[in-house]
Amino acid sequence: MPKLLIDDRELEVEEGITVLEAARKAGIDIPTLCYLKDLNAPAACRVCLVQVEGRPTMDASCVLPAQEGMKVYTHTPAVLSARKQMIELLLSDHPFECLTCERNLNCELQRMAKRYGIRDLRLEGARNHFPIDDLSPSVVREPDKCIRCRRCISVCEYYQSAGIYRMVERSFNAVAGPAFNGSLMETPCIYCGQCITVCPTGALREQDSTGRVWEALQDPGLHVVVQTAPSIRSTIGEEFGYPVGTLLTGQMVASLRRLGFDRVFDDCFGADVTVMEEATELMERLERGGPFPQFTSCCPSWVRFCESFYPGLIDNLSEVKSPQQCFGALAKTYYAREAGIDPARIFVVSIMPCVSKKYELLRPEMADSGCRDVDAELSTREFAQMLFQAGIDLRKLPEEEFDSPMGYASGAGVIFGSTGGVMEATLRTVYEWVTGKELDRVEFPEVRSQEYKDAEIQMGEKRLKVAVARGTGEARRLIEAILKGEKEYHFVEVMACPSGCVGGGGQPIYIETNDWNEQVAHRSRRAGGLFDSDRSKEFRKAHHNPSIVKLYSDFLGRPGNDLAHRLLHTRYVSRKLYAPEPLPKKEHKQKVQPL
Amino acid sequence: MAVRPAKEKELYGQLTLALEKYKGKPGVLIAALQEAQQVFGYLPRKVMIHVANELTIPLAEVYSVVSFYSLFSTVPVGVHRLEVCMGTACYVRGAEQLLKELQKKTGAEPGKVTADGLFSVATTRCVGACSAAPVIKIGEELHGGATPGQLDALLEELKKR
Amino acid sequence: MSTLLEELAEERIRLETGHRILICGGIPCTSLGCRKVKEALEDELRRRGIEGQIPVEVVGCIGDCSLGPAMIVYPEGIVYQKLKPEDARAIVKEHLAKGRIVEKLLHRDPRTKEIIRQREQMPFYRDQSRLVLRNCGVISAHIDDYIKYRGYAALARALAEMTPEQVIEEVKTAGLRGRGGGGFPTGRKWEIIRAAAGEEKYVICNADEGDPGAFMDRNILEGDPHSVLEGMIIAGYAAGARQGYIYVRAEYPMAVRRAREAIAQAREKKLLGENIFEKGFNFDIAIRIGAGAFVCGEETALISSIHGTRGDPNPRPPFPAQKGLWGMPTLINNVETLANIPLIVLHGGARFAGLGTPGSSGTKVFALAGKVNRAGLVEVPLGTPLRKIVFDIGGGIPGDKRFKAAQTGGPSGGCLGPELLDIPMDYRSLQEAGSMVGSGGLIIMDEDTCMVDIARFYLDFTQDESCGKCTPCRIGTKRMLEILEKITAGKGEERDLETLEQLALLLKNSSLCGLGRSAPNPVLSTLHRFQDEYLAHIRERRCPAGVCPNLSRPWIMEDKCRACGICSRLCPAAAITGKKGTPYRIDPAKCIDCTKCFEECPFDAIGRGGGVYAETADR
Ligand SMILES: Cc1cc2nc3c(=O)[nH]c(=O)nc-3n(C[C@H](O)[C@H](O)[C@H](O)COP(=O)(O)O)c2cc1C
Ligand code: SF4
Ligand code: SF4
Ligand code: SF4
Ligand code: SF4
Ligand code: SF4
Ligand code: SF4
Ligand code: SF4
Ligand code: SF4
Ligand code: FES
Ligand code: FES
Ligand code: FES
Repeated sequence: MPKLLIDDRELEVEEGITVLEAARKAGIDIPTLCYLKDLNAPAACRVCLVQVEGRPTMDASCVLPAQEGMKVYTHTPAVLSARKQMIELLLSDHPFECLTCERNLNCELQRMAKRYGIRDLRLEGARNHFPIDDLSPSVVREPDKCIRCRRCISVCEYYQSAGIYRMVERSFNAVAGPAFNGSLMETPCIYCGQCITVCPTGALREQDSTGRVWEALQDPGLHVVVQTAPSIRSTIGEEFGYPVGTLLTGQMVASLRRLGFDRVFDDCFGADVTVMEEATELMERLERGGPFPQFTSCCPSWVRFCESFYPGLIDNLSEVKSPQQCFGALAKTYYAREAGIDPARIFVVSIMPCVSKKYELLRPEMADSGCRDVDAELSTREFAQMLFQAGIDLRKLPEEEFDSPMGYASGAGVIFGSTGGVMEATLRTVYEWVTGKELDRVEFPEVRSQEYKDAEIQMGEKRLKVAVARGTGEARRLIEAILKGEKEYHFVEVMACPSGCVGGGGQPIYIETNDWNEQVAHRSRRAGGLFDSDRSKEFRKAHHNPSIVKLYSDFLGRPGNDLAHRLLHTRYVSRKLYAPEPLPKKEHKQKVQPL
Repeated sequence: MAVRPAKEKELYGQLTLALEKYKGKPGVLIAALQEAQQVFGYLPRKVMIHVANELTIPLAEVYSVVSFYSLFSTVPVGVHRLEVCMGTACYVRGAEQLLKELQKKTGAEPGKVTADGLFSVATTRCVGACSAAPVIKIGEELHGGATPGQLDALLEELKKR
Repeated sequence: MSTLLEELAEERIRLETGHRILICGGIPCTSLGCRKVKEALEDELRRRGIEGQIPVEVVGCIGDCSLGPAMIVYPEGIVYQKLKPEDARAIVKEHLAKGRIVEKLLHRDPRTKEIIRQREQMPFYRDQSRLVLRNCGVISAHIDDYIKYRGYAALARALAEMTPEQVIEEVKTAGLRGRGGGGFPTGRKWEIIRAAAGEEKYVICNADEGDPGAFMDRNILEGDPHSVLEGMIIAGYAAGARQGYIYVRAEYPMAVRRAREAIAQAREKKLLGENIFEKGFNFDIAIRIGAGAFVCGEETALISSIHGTRGDPNPRPPFPAQKGLWGMPTLINNVETLANIPLIVLHGGARFAGLGTPGSSGTKVFALAGKVNRAGLVEVPLGTPLRKIVFDIGGGIPGDKRFKAAQTGGPSGGCLGPELLDIPMDYRSLQEAGSMVGSGGLIIMDEDTCMVDIARFYLDFTQDESCGKCTPCRIGTKRMLEILEKITAGKGEERDLETLEQLALLLKNSSLCGLGRSAPNPVLSTLHRFQDEYLAHIRERRCPAGVCPNLSRPWIMEDKCRACGICSRLCPAAAITGKKGTPYRIDPAKCIDCTKCFEECPFDAIGRGGGVYAETADR
């Protein structure tokens, strides 16, 4: 336990912690930009400088181990001036577009400029001007706003094992980007958007779909229906100042009505459908003897990961579409028939925690209803943005109910939003189908965890080996173990985002911590609301949901039959990793760059 | 210069063969790229993709390395690659003037090859022949004590090779 | 210790018995046509039927490159210079056949007219103490030659008679400090790695030699690669490592080749590999070739590069000695540092420490270049005054121009002005003067060098070579460079100097690695020592040295002009006017800077850098 002096106060700290953490314990908040504890510590931004007595230069406290006898000074005039100059330097290679920036008021750089009272720009000079990459359906890169913190590189490499970004070029022009500093579209980017959630600035953001949705809402010829993903009800509140994980289902529904949607449906209904089909598929595989494991397929990022990096495992992916797409296909068939509306006039909007779903809805296969199954997707952030624009204050709204026939969901559908939820929801149904007995305990704590988890579930005679992975990095390790024969499973859930969709790339961005594990913990706290909601549901198993029973009896017939196959199942393709030629760039208005 | 398809196929075959020894080993990317550049003369996009796929290294990593080190070129170079040393010793002995003259005389723009594909002119970091400054490097050869006056003869001689 | 030098010289005479010819294959000589001389010589030997009896070997630079192509003929050690192919005949006919020295091919000191026969008599060598360079250019790079000159005897001694701790003790006694730039005590470094826990340990020889203007490492690797290998093997023994790497820059193909050959030769002689000298010690060496990045000379960047990635530096701690290559304790030493080791182990640290000054023991190789008469590698005891190097060894400034500055330590170092000509060249003195020994680059500048332009030049280099990882260096060097460009373009303002200095201090204080921390040194040292030049650029809009194009127009010095009118007649732009009796004047608005008047004035009354005032500076 080293003892050290921080600003002349003695402090005893644990072995191995950094000066930055030690200072935190002493109540001193040293600013950081690049650091994200346990994920990224390149010591690159240099705003966390401190002066240690006896050392010739200042040090980056985020990587400096606290040692016995150290005398650390965290806010001498020299230190403060150095930090301030550091921010000035960063700003001298930064566009001043706060007012038009997605991250306005939620930007770590902006916050830093405010904190250090930057009032004028003493340093001016040439700025980098990189092309904006907005070719991908999900993620937009605006490298001019990049501060080279490398967080995106780390999350994509270590958490997702997709390795899309690196530092490219060098010297003044060095910047984080994909190969050739080209477009994400030319890479196997899985569009998970995790890089967006860790980016301290507006250099990474989602494709904006709000304009398209506003247009649809204005169009009298369109019947606009909206589906909300399971997690939105417990994350939208964050944008309105509610404590994390507050469940606001009723207010959310009310707000959507006020935005002008013709029908407000629950995507958890779609999730229930997915459970029905996926459980049926698992039963079939159990009968046929494989191929195992069956991988869940409701996360489009994970699906794309598998298609790109493990095309040999495509047959292991469940054929069932994600809830978003199941819902879309049914909205334009089942609902269209029930409501007597021409499917061509129905415009399906989904509100998702996700930026990958923007890509998923564009996949060529996703048009089984005869039109595009889903027309537009809004992330939680975009949804909040629309509410702000319209002046709809969630806090003042009454609770309202979803519309029928696609608005009633079981608890199984709701927990889809958390990691392990897809697994648990499916197990609830499979258990009863396999054993023919009622599952009395309902919950499967053995698959609920924030860490990699596997379990064996006794189902009558059968023992079902299952595993839950979050992050495609974890998935890759799991797959490698399976391929080497070290592990064996029947059923594996993979969600690309930490804590599952509650930690999705489209969720509110949380910049109050520089600790990755705290970030993840924050996200998993959002799941609390979902499990509450599950427990309060009358029906907690998909196959018991009366709306689902009705769907099958009135429309689909049996799970896994031809119609279900046509509408709710899909195919996967093996993908080339890299585009051999650069894609043609979109024209951008050249912004005026003051020199 | 466009490479004939048959020739190109042969080069890729050569590259694949050369990459074999690096597979599955750590820390080989730079050496692999150096070899690829030897085969193709430079590193076009497709070659980088080939290296990435063969060695199962992310393409971003490959490009990151290529764009970092100055000896990797992503554009074709001339038959004769003329590099003027811009090290300190050469600089104080007039390397800059030499470079300007060389560009003027060959008509090669910085970083580009002449229309006939014969010359490309570039600068190089110190080649360690500072006592002979200023130095021009032509391929592997070094010419010390270079003066603008010698350039015509030098270029003539190169054209004959 | 001078006895050690004498000892080595005597030994050489003892060892060279028969005729043998060493032809210089250094770059200057090569570019001056040494290959043709060699061919002619071989033809001549063939014609006389004595080829094969007299070995002809190509060696690295043998000396004063201004005398190339050159050769040494043993056993007398005669140096022939400025050779042409047709001279081969006389050498064979006279010297080899009859033992008569060919006088007309000897060098004659231009000042004293003294005829110089042996290398040691040349003014360039007389005042040097060649220990590290003891073999360079005087024996071939082949292992047999090296062994003949007691090569690998130090290794034998270390393995047979000394424990690793004793080896380290000897190096500590010698007081050897790293020659790569940092100047860290080598013995202490070895000790730390010996003590570090790790299942593997590595030794890396840093042969990246990025300082533009330094070329000693190249010379040692090309001329005497085995001394480096021997140093590495001893280091491996002392540190407890089994694997070594030579990280050498790709710009040195010959050095790469020589190092490769040397490793193969050493393996063949079982000096590398398993059970060296049957003492149960295993050590091998591999080569890694850089790809063109100055920052890769920095230890953590070098390790990144061997890992096969960008040369990104990483924060220290952890130091490479704790966690380096592949996460293991790693010893990194410079080429020259390692080449010192065999001498220290063989002759004892105490004798080594006898050379140089306290705190700066031994010799240092300086790469003398720039505006000096005799450029080349100069090895002198640390503490030798700068004046001695520049004037006695280097023969002063060409054209009797004035000495303006010596830049030491390359892009990380600083500039010393004329008032510091007597500074002892050692670690402490140079550091106190705001510069550093660094890798030993020593660029001499005369009155025609613009110090603002030099600062700009170095910053241009460091900015270009910045890896771009950390904020102060990535953006800070750019902003500093922009300011210097502004000043040299004639658009500077006085407050720019303040900003420049502020940025310089910020970079020094906060950059992630040594590159950014030392990049401001050339600026700071010129800013302090040559402030008047900066001010001339800013206030008077003129470049006193006549280098910065916008600020260098010819001007007529009133006190020297005799109003002869020649310039006026010659001027193609009719820019010069005047009348008898009063000094002529140049109209800067008309002058097209053709330099004719400057060249032709019979009274040297026209200078450059006279300055153009702001209005015309933009032209
Ligand atoms: C930017 C930078 C470049 C460097 N370049 C070299 C180099 O080219 N060669 C070298 O030996 N050391 C170089 N060094 C110093 C090395 O980092 C290191 O200190 C040295 O190799 C240690 O060996 P030594 O103790 O034997 O000097 C450089 C340091 C920095 C910060
Ligand atoms: S990234 Fe931040 S600082 Fe930059 S323009 Fe956007 S809000 Fe402003
Ligand atoms: S932050 Fe300042 S500049 Fe921006 S809108 Fe508000 S008052 Fe105007
Ligand atoms: S979206 Fe996901 S896969 Fe794509 S670059 Fe960002 S983190 Fe990587
Ligand atoms: S894009 Fe964002 S996360 Fe990535 S390095 Fe730049 S600022 Fe950091
Ligand atoms: S885990 Fe959820 S939010 Fe994340 S990519 Fe997959 S579906 Fe989208
Ligand atoms: S100081 Fe310069 S070279 Fe060193 S890490 Fe920072 S940017 Fe890279
Ligand atoms: S040539 Fe020289 S001396 Fe004669 S007028 Fe011109 S400046 Fe004066
Ligand atoms: S430099 Fe040429 S143009 Fe200018 S004054 Fe002299 S002679 Fe005339
Ligand atoms: S350097 Fe410490 S937070 Fe960036
Ligand atoms: S500076 Fe040109 S060869 Fe060294
Ligand atoms: S190169 Fe021949 S004497 Fe230096």
